[in-house]
Amino acid sequence: MENMRDAFGKALTRLAGQRDDFVVLDADVAGGTGTHHFRAAYPDRFIQCAIAEQNMFSMAAGLASTGVIPIVTCYGVFASMRALEQARNSIAYPGFKVIIAASHLGLDVGPDGATHQALEDIAIYRAVPGIQVVSPADPHELASVLPRLLDGDSPVYLRTGRSPLPDVFAPDTAFDHGRAQVLHEGRDTAILAVGVMVHRAVAAARRLQDEGVGCRVLNMSWLKPMDEAAVLAAARETGALVTCEDHNKYGGLGGAVAEIVGEGHPVPLRRVAIQDVYGESGDPDDLAAKYGLTTDHIMAAVRAVLRRKG
Amino acid sequence: MNPDLLARLRRFAAELRASIIVMNCHAGSGHPGGSLSCVEIVSWLFDQEMRFSPENMADPDRDRFILSKGHSCLALYAALAEKGFFSKDAFRSLRHVDGMLQGHPDRLKTPGVEFNSGSLGQGFSFALGCALGAKRAGRRSRAYALLGDGELGEGQVWEACMFAAHHALDNLVAVVDYNKFQSDDLCTRITALEPLAAKFAAFGWHVLEIDGHDFREIANAFARARAMAGRPTVIIAHTVKGKGVSFMEGVPKWHGSLCPSGEERACALRECGLTEAL
Repeated sequence: MENMRDAFGKALTRLAGQRDDFVVLDADVAGGTGTHHFRAAYPDRFIQCAIAEQNMFSMAAGLASTGVIPIVTCYGVFASMRALEQARNSIAYPGFKVIIAASHLGLDVGPDGATHQALEDIAIYRAVPGIQVVSPADPHELASVLPRLLDGDSPVYLRTGRSPLPDVFAPDTAFDHGRAQVLHEGRDTAILAVGVMVHRAVAAARRLQDEGVGCRVLNMSWLKPMDEAAVLAAARETGALVTCEDHNKYGGLGGAVAEIVGEGHPVPLRRVAIQDVYGESGDPDDLAAKYGLTTDHIMAAVRAVLRRKG
Repeated sequence: MNPDLLARLRRFAAELRASIIVMNCHAGSGHPGGSLSCVEIVSWLFDQEMRFSPENMADPDRDRFILSKGHSCLALYAALAEKGFFSKDAFRSLRHVDGMLQGHPDRLKTPGVEFNSGSLGQGFSFALGCALGAKRAGRRSRAYALLGDGELGEGQVWEACMFAAHHALDNLVAVVDYNKFQSDDLCTRITALEPLAAKFAAFGWHVLEIDGHDFREIANAFARARAMAGRPTVIIAHTVKGKGVSFMEGVPKWHGSLCPSGEERACALRECGLTEAL
């Protein structure tokens, strides 16, 4: 179990030893995003941009135009809201390859409270043309996806995270990036989860198995472009879906899945998500319990959707 | 400045002014006022200052021009056409569907455009990235950002000012096209910019203040910017909005969203010293 921000900073550091084509930009939150690991090892490739995210984002586009890949790092609220228009007009619309890596997502932020808990970032970045949205489920997937993103052509909004997460994947997993991975098989319903909710979804499926309910669990780390074939197959083959995200209920994973099955194969759907309210300070697990994001809540959603399936 | 060079620059500027009027009329809208005010600055940059041509567009060592006040793209398009990046026939496509020339610059559609500016403040930061990237790679490339005076209201501009001075980006030159008008009114009636030179100086910049229509002063300022080590330079260029077209000079409505009538077009082209239709 490793926290996602340390995993991110260490993965960047390992990668920097293998390739010299990227630099890391920070807005005075290196200790929070995990990039202090990178700064210590590669100070010459670390650019301190101060608490000035809007300048950092547009400047990253200028850096990208000179042939280096900027990895822009800050907290999710600032990456998805304060500097959003710079992400759109300076990075995505002109098509510069910049990786925007955001930590501090959802209630997982914990004690810093509501100002720092990004509940909207998936919905926001999904709506911006020309940018991919990726949210790995554990440190192994995060480390594996970074070189893939650096080798790609497109700007990316990468959700890293903050808290320690249990391993979802074995360290030597060969990822088929871009595809939704099946983490548990079952025919009664499918649970589609992202980020910190993936390990909870797997735990829910295992416990439901003991009750005789079979759940297919899909890791939906590629939020855009989304693996629509996997979503539609899950709808066709199980007939009921539950989505899980530490994000507001509007426009995130649940919204994306509803769009896909609404057009392609309508089935009953329940969304485990934040119910359109702001969070508060507290331990992340306590917040998950209060705001309906635990394994128990996922199990309840599965039972509810099965009743509607008839 | 030798008389031949001065004459050449004046011809170049006249061509740009005529192109601006012609494009404005083809499009039926656009921003002529702020395009005309920066003509001498743009003429100097494209004809004399920058290592930037259709032949070296792929060269990482090329100098970069970023029109941060992207709405004044008529001036940019006119200069690019003059330098052979595309034919003046393209002027007809401005602001029309499938057009190569967009209402604000688009690097993916228009040869010679470095950045999709128009959202104010962002081009300036982009230019910082170009300058920083060049320095990090040990390249001699210089970055030139042209800003509007109204644009200085964006907080991002002052974020960029702090960064550029702290990182000693002496390969960066910002030019403020200080024509005193922004979209709605005189700058002084929106939020006062003065003391503008003192503001930039307080942010650690090398500050020069010139008549932005005088080629001798322009040439001198860019030479001083080139000689400055350790600090970015800002050239505060005092200009006249709508410069060169009598009925546009200092008249706020020519900021944008309209174009001259047929009679006005003929008058404007005559005043630019050109009567032939482009």
